[in-house]
Amino acid sequence: MQSFTYERATSAEQAAAAVAARSDAKFISGGTNLLDLMKLEIERPAHLVDISRLPLGRIEETAEGGLRVGAQVRNSDLAADPRVRSRYPMLTQALLAGASGQIRNKASTSGNLLQRTRCPYFYDRNMPCNKRQPGSGCAALQGFNRMHAVLGASEACIAVHPSDMAVAMSGLDARIETVSPGGETRTIPIGDFHRLPETMPHVETVLGHGEMVVAVALPPPPPGRQLYRKVRDRASYAFALVSVAAIVEKGGDRIRSARIAMGGVAAKPWRATEAERTLAGASASDGAFTDAAEAALAGAVGHGANEFKIPLAKRTMRHTLAAAIERA
Amino acid sequence: MAKTDNRSGPTRRMVLEGGVATGVLLATGIPVDAEPAETVTAAASSSPVPTMTMSLRINAKDLAIELDPRTTLLDALRNHLGLTGSKKGCDHGQCGACTVLVDGRRINSCLTLAAMHEGDEITTVEGLAVGDRLHPVQAAFIARDGFQCGYCTPGQICSAVGMLGEARAGWPSHASADVAAASVALSDAEIRERMSGNICRCAAYPNIVAAIRDAAEEA
Repeated sequence: MQSFTYERATSAEQAAAAVAARSDAKFISGGTNLLDLMKLEIERPAHLVDISRLPLGRIEETAEGGLRVGAQVRNSDLAADPRVRSRYPMLTQALLAGASGQIRNKASTSGNLLQRTRCPYFYDRNMPCNKRQPGSGCAALQGFNRMHAVLGASEACIAVHPSDMAVAMSGLDARIETVSPGGETRTIPIGDFHRLPETMPHVETVLGHGEMVVAVALPPPPPGRQLYRKVRDRASYAFALVSVAAIVEKGGDRIRSARIAMGGVAAKPWRATEAERTLAGASASDGAFTDAAEAALAGAVGHGANEFKIPLAKRTMRHTLAAAIERA
Repeated sequence: MAKTDNRSGPTRRMVLEGGVATGVLLATGIPVDAEPAETVTAAASSSPVPTMTMSLRINAKDLAIELDPRTTLLDALRNHLGLTGSKKGCDHGQCGACTVLVDGRRINSCLTLAAMHEGDEITTVEGLAVGDRLHPVQAAFIARDGFQCGYCTPGQICSAVGMLGEARAGWPSHASADVAAASVALSDAEIRERMSGNICRCAAYPNIVAAIRDAAEEA
């Protein structure tokens, strides 16, 4: 691990200013991803600003009837909160489908959003990787890529975002609140928060250097049944091959509205808006679920070993929609 | 034959314990500043590795120690404080052998910095027993023979202690049919899911699950 100095933040504004003051500084919160990458010298900050003790650890009711989740709320506390379990069950399901009990006890809400890909070439400093070393190339394109993206990828990068939590938050239209070094605040819809790789896969979010996430606001739960389904290589403690977060609202024998987000398929939580449009007003039938799955994966491109993800994602979506409808 | 009697050089453990003697500035009983400073920065030093002084509370003992900021909690415990019960398996949070309890919650001590835990109540496997009376989870692991080589066992035991607290608090898991249910019954499937962050290369899982089931029923 490269040597660094350590500072404990006293306020959100002070933390943002402390990181902004040095191009080689980083925030550390739970540290479960950052320290892993620092041990391998993939991340090499020379200064760490510890934000884990800032008073951002509460989950509060909002005036509009939703919840505001502090950036330092641990993944385990967010999953276990009775309000989240009853009103946003797919968020609890997604959190509990990710990592291990130990990691969920440490990992923060903002850190989960900002975690980096587990692409093996990103982790291997002997291999080219445009995300780790811009301009060096992408070893995954022609390499072992069964875990990689089928949507929104580019010739520069086919890595996926590993979060489960962010997939559920995408389906819930979460809004991410930040503070900037100058003290300005802004709110970013989760769909605009992560960037697709295009030609700059090393730039993963729209955050500026020193801009800090302080909270994630969940709008009031939309009507309908929520369900998160994750398909992975092991029954537990494994990243998604594909996952689907679905909220389906039924009216008689028709689908009034649906919201669908997918994980494990792209560099960001992938909101399947075409599938949602297909389902709105359709009869609640296998045919409608198939049409939705085809619409969601219409632009999917495989790279060899990950081509199985395209039919797997379609089947997972049909299965999740059918299960949600059954209980709606 | 004489070879085995001829080890006069320092052992690895002796070297580690020597490191402890120089690393610990203050031992139990000597008051440590109860209020950690708001900001801690590495001390200016001509040494190539700047160190920082930190106050840690481990197994109900207050310790002040000077460490490189890079020191993980696991390395502080094992290499600087002589607490070698917590094990280093993968050093990347994947195996669970380093699991300790921080304020009663289980975490991977390899994936956190010692400097981030000033003032926290840290409990390692060495701190679970009360005198000669083993913690019920420790006793259950022995009664059920919940190990083979034993390397993962301290992490398994600390993880199980934390996990049983989570289950008592009603936390659901991925194995729970209804995440909104107020309480949870610890079926074998629940125990296995909740313990999936602890790997046992000897695959003593059936007896580990049995030991945790016993401890859960006893509580």
